[in-house]
Amino acid sequence: MSQYQVKTPDGHRVAVVAGLRTPFAKQASYFHGVSSLDMAKLVVNEMLIRHDLAAKEVEQLVYGQVIQTPAAPNIAREIVLGIGMNVNTDAYSVSRACATSFQSTVNICESIMAGAISTGIAGGADSSSVLPIGVSTRLARALVDLNKARSLSQRFDIIKRLGLKDLIPVPPAVAEYSTGISMGQSAEQMAKNHHISRIEQDQFAHRSHTLAAQAWQDGKLNDEVMVAHAPPYNGFLEVDNNIRFDSVLDSYARLRSAFDKQHGTVTAANSTPLTDGASALILMREDKAKALGYEPLGYIRSYAFADIDVWQDMLMGPSYATPLALDRAGMTLADLDLIDMHEAFAAQTLANVKMFASKQFAQDKLNRSAAIGEIDMDKFNVNGGSIAYGHPFAATGARMICQTLHELKRRGGGTALTTACAAGGIGAAMVLEAE
Amino acid sequence: MTKKTLTMEHISLSYQGSVGILTLDVPDQSMNVLSRQSMSEIEAMLKEVESDSDLSGVVLLSGKADSFIAGADVEMLDACDSVEEASKLARRGQAIFKRIESLNIPFVAAIHGICLGGGLELALACHYRICSDDEKTQLGLPEVKLGLLPGSGGTQRLPRLINLQTALDMMLTGKQLRAKQALKQGLVDAMVAEPILLEVALKYIEKGMPDRRQVKRNVLGKLLEKNSFGRSIIFDQALKAVEKKTFGNYPAPSNIIQAVRVGLENGTAQGYELEARLFGSLTQTQQSKQLRQLFFASTALKKTHTSELKPKKISKAAVLGGGLMGGGIAYVTATKANVPVRIKDISQEGISAALAYSYKLLNQKVKRRFIKPMALQKEMAKITGSTEFVGIKDADIVVEAVFEDLKVKQTVLYEIEQHCSEQTIFASNTSSLPIKKIAEHAERPENVIGLHYFSPVDKMPLAEVIVHEGTSEQTISTVVNFARKQGKTPIVVKDGAGFYVNRILALYLNEAANLLLAGEPIERIDRSLVRFGFPVGPLKLLDEVGIDIGSKICPILSSDLGGRFNPPEVFDALIEDERFGKKNKSGFYLYKLSNLDKLLGRKSGKKVDPALYDLLNIVEKPQLNEEELVERCLIQMLNEAARCLEEGIIASARDGDIGAIFGIGFPPYLGGPFRYIDSLGADHLVSLLKSCEARFGKRFEPCDLLLEMAESGDTFYEKVEPRHEDEQKPEPGAVQDKEDTQSESEPELAQEKEAPQPEPELVQGKEDTQSESEPELVQEKEENPPEVEPELAQEKEAPQPEIKPELTQEKEEPQPEVDSDKLEASKAKE
Repeated sequence: MSQYQVKTPDGHRVAVVAGLRTPFAKQASYFHGVSSLDMAKLVVNEMLIRHDLAAKEVEQLVYGQVIQTPAAPNIAREIVLGIGMNVNTDAYSVSRACATSFQSTVNICESIMAGAISTGIAGGADSSSVLPIGVSTRLARALVDLNKARSLSQRFDIIKRLGLKDLIPVPPAVAEYSTGISMGQSAEQMAKNHHISRIEQDQFAHRSHTLAAQAWQDGKLNDEVMVAHAPPYNGFLEVDNNIRFDSVLDSYARLRSAFDKQHGTVTAANSTPLTDGASALILMREDKAKALGYEPLGYIRSYAFADIDVWQDMLMGPSYATPLALDRAGMTLADLDLIDMHEAFAAQTLANVKMFASKQFAQDKLNRSAAIGEIDMDKFNVNGGSIAYGHPFAATGARMICQTLHELKRRGGGTALTTACAAGGIGAAMVLEAE
Repeated sequence: MTKKTLTMEHISLSYQGSVGILTLDVPDQSMNVLSRQSMSEIEAMLKEVESDSDLSGVVLLSGKADSFIAGADVEMLDACDSVEEASKLARRGQAIFKRIESLNIPFVAAIHGICLGGGLELALACHYRICSDDEKTQLGLPEVKLGLLPGSGGTQRLPRLINLQTALDMMLTGKQLRAKQALKQGLVDAMVAEPILLEVALKYIEKGMPDRRQVKRNVLGKLLEKNSFGRSIIFDQALKAVEKKTFGNYPAPSNIIQAVRVGLENGTAQGYELEARLFGSLTQTQQSKQLRQLFFASTALKKTHTSELKPKKISKAAVLGGGLMGGGIAYVTATKANVPVRIKDISQEGISAALAYSYKLLNQKVKRRFIKPMALQKEMAKITGSTEFVGIKDADIVVEAVFEDLKVKQTVLYEIEQHCSEQTIFASNTSSLPIKKIAEHAERPENVIGLHYFSPVDKMPLAEVIVHEGTSEQTISTVVNFARKQGKTPIVVKDGAGFYVNRILALYLNEAANLLLAGEPIERIDRSLVRFGFPVGPLKLLDEVGIDIGSKICPILSSDLGGRFNPPEVFDALIEDERFGKKNKSGFYLYKLSNLDKLLGRKSGKKVDPALYDLLNIVEKPQLNEEELVERCLIQMLNEAARCLEEGIIASARDGDIGAIFGIGFPPYLGGPFRYIDSLGADHLVSLLKSCEARFGKRFEPCDLLLEMAESGDTFYEKVEPRHEDEQKPEPGAVQDKEDTQSESEPELAQEKEAPQPEPELVQGKEDTQSESEPELVQEKEENPPEVEPELAQEKEAPQPEIKPELTQEKEEPQPEVDSDKLEASKAKE
């Protein structure tokens, strides 16, 4: 694993000029009826206006969603067309589960590194309220056959094949396609494998809410979260509505565990909820950003993705991707000023924290002699994480990048790690620096 | 066997195989307009076609890129000095079109772009009509907007081609059909992509002559339209609706109904004859003359360049204040001017409200399928908001619609100067504050200007551009152009309290309040003025505008302009009682309905609040008749309008007329205050004013200009057209059937807050219209056409072909939404 420079051929860094997101809203709350595309257009449009970036400067837009919108599969291009950006802006969509906007950011970053573009927009959006609820495979097949059928009797035969249960609508899958194990079950499994207790999880969730609430109260998020006005414009959303501004640890204990009623420890309160939201980043070659008069939030120092087994510890991705990204940056964990890890579940986060410090894990799984490093909790998710903010799958990566860079800047610069697990055994890690 | 192309000035005939291609391309005009010369040339070409036995068909095309035929030349019509001359013109058009219809080879109109008035009548005479599916393609008979009827067969052919109710609706309101609607109604035979228009037209020629057509009718249509009894129900209903809307002020609509009726019941020979005759007589009515003048004036106004300097391009705008005015300004900026707009408000609620304003209007369009949901989203994306001065740095213009308070306005001006560029124009939508005062402490007063809209902004066509001494030429030119892009007709006025429109409106409203104080019942006052032709009565208007706002302006006006603006005491008592009008559901009228009223389907704001008389200590005591009520209010407005001209607030009588009609809804058929004064005679007006002055005090003192004119006999406009009563009511039919009326769109006094809600009413049930006004005709006798015109007498004359007229102009803008303003009516969109 050698060092790997995130720079253009002529030596310029890739700057994150600005970032913005909508407030994140619980499923079926403020953004009920507002599709991921609608939220994406809202945030990209506002970001361009707010940062006085002329749409013609944007050469590429890469965007993603995890829950696909069948009506507009290429969400990136629809954003360009829908908000009257320059129609010649190249745009395509990517999907990498919960690491989607890490991926879209990397795509833009790599285009800049390759010298193909100098300015791009990356991001992701997801709605858990506007869902592509489909029909059963048997019904779908019958519908196709009906379309081909010529005679009445053929049609009758096709309909006869169907039972009542074939007519039940099918919501998007919650379980892993390859294993049938749901995310919650994976988290439950990790809690057990790594002995993460219920109280530890609840404390961690409480910490997340408390820190996120504090961040809002301190006004830290004002520059990175827009006020959303969505149809039918009866009201607006200013603040993430999942955060408990009056979080009390005791109240977490009251919940029943959600995935293993008997021996489980993972509850709704120590997991991230289903959420709606969108986020976006403006990326530029450093020299271009400066020429246009921007003071970048920071720069991408390195990044890495790692893919692991899905049957056990599927959400351990951060522990695999992080050492890669650190190596590429030529850094160690101890060099970092901040660490921001996606909190899909308290159990998953704490298991990863444990493995970062585990020499055993490093030797067995990473083929490295030393542990990644002990995480200093004073540097870890200092403004809370996805358990509090919520997790519109594709929007989370860009939220973390933007939020972490703002925090680094507030602290006078430095380097930070952002890392996330994702379905399919994916891990993403990105090292950022700010001045 | 290819023949040589035959070229004349307006039209050419070329050949494609055995098919003749007629291309109309009137030189020096952006659109084809049928003039006498075009008609002669068409006649000549027809002769060629008729004599050519090799031809298998003819296609008629426009040589203009984006329009078919916009109508007849209005100047040509206007030049007709007599009923006979105009009727002759109509007969000539009829005859030409008859020749087309009688050809024994198929004649196909290939329509792309607007096809209006005489253009549609020409197309109706063709054997097939093929249109493009472009959104520019619109078909309609808007003659009614000029106080006329379709005089070249339109009243006869249209109701035979499509269902009667739609045909009447089109002719009575001037409403245009888009390509898809035209196909659905059977007005066109096919709708195709523009590039294959000619190809498809040729295919229709191969098909030969059309079979007898079946009119597409809905269930009700089938029931009613196929028998004379059913049709009489439709005609009667239409007449009633027309009467209800026009109070007999406009003769054209009832004449249209009559022409259609006679044609359908007594046969086309009588129908065509009556059509030509009615057309001729309508051209000579005062109403049509005034509407034509208004058309010329507003067209001229649109072309006027206020400055040598080229307007700067506006590519980004900001609006301060998301209230009703701000929301409306944002809407026209985004949707009409196609400029992205940033709303800055002190609260997110304000931004929400402004976004909701546009969303509501756009959503209506989606529901009516005028636009796709995607188009709505795209429009909405142009409107964003912020409570900070963020994202407006590069705004080219900032329109302020904040609270009407000098300090507040000066503060926002200061903030804009800090946050925007040196070029950013600051336009204040103040309704009464002098711009000079707003600009008092400005760093860049040259960028400061007034831009006064009227509520509801999406409907009211006027904008006053108020120039203070320091405003630069460049700013004026840019702002005038910007207002035009927003779909407004701007008039440039001089700085001064109340500017022009609110100034003349204030005295008029005050006088209505004075009448109330004297014991005249509210309904009577309002009804008189509505019947006179205002879209809404003065007291109802106060409710709509906000009594608090009205009362706030008066002191500003009286301190700057004099005691005649002193507000009548009514206002204080009303404000005391927290009666602010419709916005807080308490005003002159009742807005809170009991459950019983709701059950009975009563609407709020229709009935006067009886408690009001006690509150004001008034005993209801009707003393004046309707004319007297109208006169009292109106002469105040006329006097003040003249004073504004005298003081140079408005630059010309034309601007004053346009301002009053487009901003207040002054009855368009009267041509505006100045044309009305001309027709009354300044001396007559002065004597009315003097008599009122003697009885009611100095507020009626005639202005110097009127006194001079009364002395000298001068008029505002060169051509004096004395008003002959007999001339303007061509109809025997009369106005009856009173019924309490309804307003429709209102003008507005000040703004902010509450808007009047225009109620689209239409002649019959259709969605959108831009009606105008229509006439009455109470039917006498049904079957027998009530006549019009004296010359009805001579019946029987052999029909003599002539052409008819239409509406010309440039670019009728589609405008699918409900445009109810009467005024809009007459104005021919840009």
